Amino acid sequence: MPRAVSAALGTVLDPELDESIVELGFVTEASVVDGAASIRLRLPTYFCAPNFAYLMVADAYDAVTSVPGVRSASVVLEDHFAATEINAGVAAGAGFVDSFPGEAAAELSQLRENFQRKAHTACLERACQRLLADGWTVDTLPGAHLRDLPVGDERSSLLRRRADLGLPLDEDATLLVDDGGEPVPSDQVAPRLRFARTVRVSIDGNAHFCRGLLTTRYPHAAADQQHRLRGSEGTA
Amino acid sequence: MYRKDGESYFVVDGHVHFWDGSPANQANVHGAQFIDCFYDYHKNLSPAEWLWPKEKFYKYTEADLLHDLFETGYVDKAIFQPTYLTDFYTNGFNTTEQDGAVAENNPGKFIVNGSFDPRDAESGLRALEALRKRWNLQGVKLYTAEWKGSSRGWKLSDPWAFRYLEKARELGIKNIHVHKGPTIRPLDRDAFDVADVDVAATEFTDLNFIVEHVGLPRLEDFCWIGTQEPNVYGGLAVAMPFIHTRPRYFAQVIGELLYWIGEDKLLFASDYAIWQPKWLVEKFVDFTIPEDMTEYPALTPDVKRKILGLNAAALYDIEVPAELRARVVAQPEAEVAVGAST
Repeated sequence: MPRAVSAALGTVLDPELDESIVELGFVTEASVVDGAASIRLRLPTYFCAPNFAYLMVADAYDAVTSVPGVRSASVVLEDHFAATEINAGVAAGAGFVDSFPGEAAAELSQLRENFQRKAHTACLERACQRLLADGWTVDTLPGAHLRDLPVGDERSSLLRRRADLGLPLDEDATLLVDDGGEPVPSDQVAPRLRFARTVRVSIDGNAHFCRGLLTTRYPHAAADQQHRLRGSEGTA
Repeated sequence: MYRKDGESYFVVDGHVHFWDGSPANQANVHGAQFIDCFYDYHKNLSPAEWLWPKEKFYKYTEADLLHDLFETGYVDKAIFQPTYLTDFYTNGFNTTEQDGAVAENNPGKFIVNGSFDPRDAESGLRALEALRKRWNLQGVKLYTAEWKGSSRGWKLSDPWAFRYLEKARELGIKNIHVHKGPTIRPLDRDAFDVADVDVAATEFTDLNFIVEHVGLPRLEDFCWIGTQEPNVYGGLAVAMPFIHTRPRYFAQVIGELLYWIGEDKLLFASDYAIWQPKWLVEKFVDFTIPEDMTEYPALTPDVKRKILGLNAAALYDIEVPAELRARVVAQPEAEVAVGAST
């Protein structure tokens, strides 16, 4: 896989699982010949939700066509019940509603934003767990800033989700904020973290299930999957 | 009944099927893909020694069902949950009538649940009355993602769904099992979203809403509504088999559910024939929350007894053996978990 195209695809996330489609093993081909990129994608089941599938195909198209030297791109989703509509819609730049005439009522921005908020919540929980392990307490967490979060996976994943939501990224920014950027009041920290853990467990569980289904459906897919560094099942 | 280490467990399998997914019954490519998808679930999360050949998985016999549930699977009572899928399968995938015939052949073993589809409008209301009368329904299984002509799904908050829930209440059908799954209409929203269950549960407080698969893949949304609605329960089909492939993840899911939903509102289920009750029951009774997960309470034999059978027995008025009856405690008042209001 040409490095620049691979790197571009690496930025495309499965919105539900909050992981890169490359690490999940969803990309089966990424080649460029004379400026024409050819990408093939696969998913864990034939019935994977078409709205999320559409977002991944469209994001892959946008990511690849932004790579210098790529003049055109073909992104093909395979083995999916709505593949024909999705592939044609993305190729034509039709948008989601026009790809499914009479069946879709709105574009997917709200859906995407909902899952970006869930991803931020889960990443914030991991970041707070890291700080708590480093000696912070539930009472002192409202005073934490981004500079207090050490370099590492928790930090980079939180910064990316903050960027997605348009939250400030400077070192002096408050770490523990809600999805709208408002600081979490001190009496809300414990219950907020408690619910955030449930969100994180849910996202991690979905990722386990989908990774397993992909390798069940495509036995050789395991070799293409990279597991994220952070221990998603807690410390062993 | 399952006995281990001096403890007894009455087992109600809250979600079993007797399906026909065979090529002869498949109406189109979606029917073929649907059963193949089920087979991948089966392969993905089953212990190797429990894997079936695909041909058997397509269509198994009544003898297989009886053997796997009652002869070896420790099940005392099993609840049939129909999945019609008449757009995918010529004779339906798993209808009330197919289940009911097996139940009548084996008195006392099964509870037969029916189904309804609000898109059938007036004629469906009359059909529900007939189904109630024929099979003495106490519950229904609703499949909001089911395709029907050009429609790819419906919601429990739809006006016609309310008409059907009113009819269910009138007929004494009190247990409403809801399955959430992918659908392509409305495509722009999240088809796994359980928010419509919240709306219906608030309106119909005298009905019990059992969210199958504990809302997976939206566990957090299910937990959220479960803390607010005392009549919302969680069915553990699909969550159970993680006990084998991902025991630490299973511990987290059960831990979260016990915290938000509570030990009185979770129902064991195998989703037979996707998974088998024998190994699920054995592993669940042996299971302990890992010691380092100090945030979760212990999974005691009393809690396991409730989840494995006593909770479902209470919902379906199933008689529990005397040795266990003393352990049946009254349902506590709805508790709102700490932090649920944030």
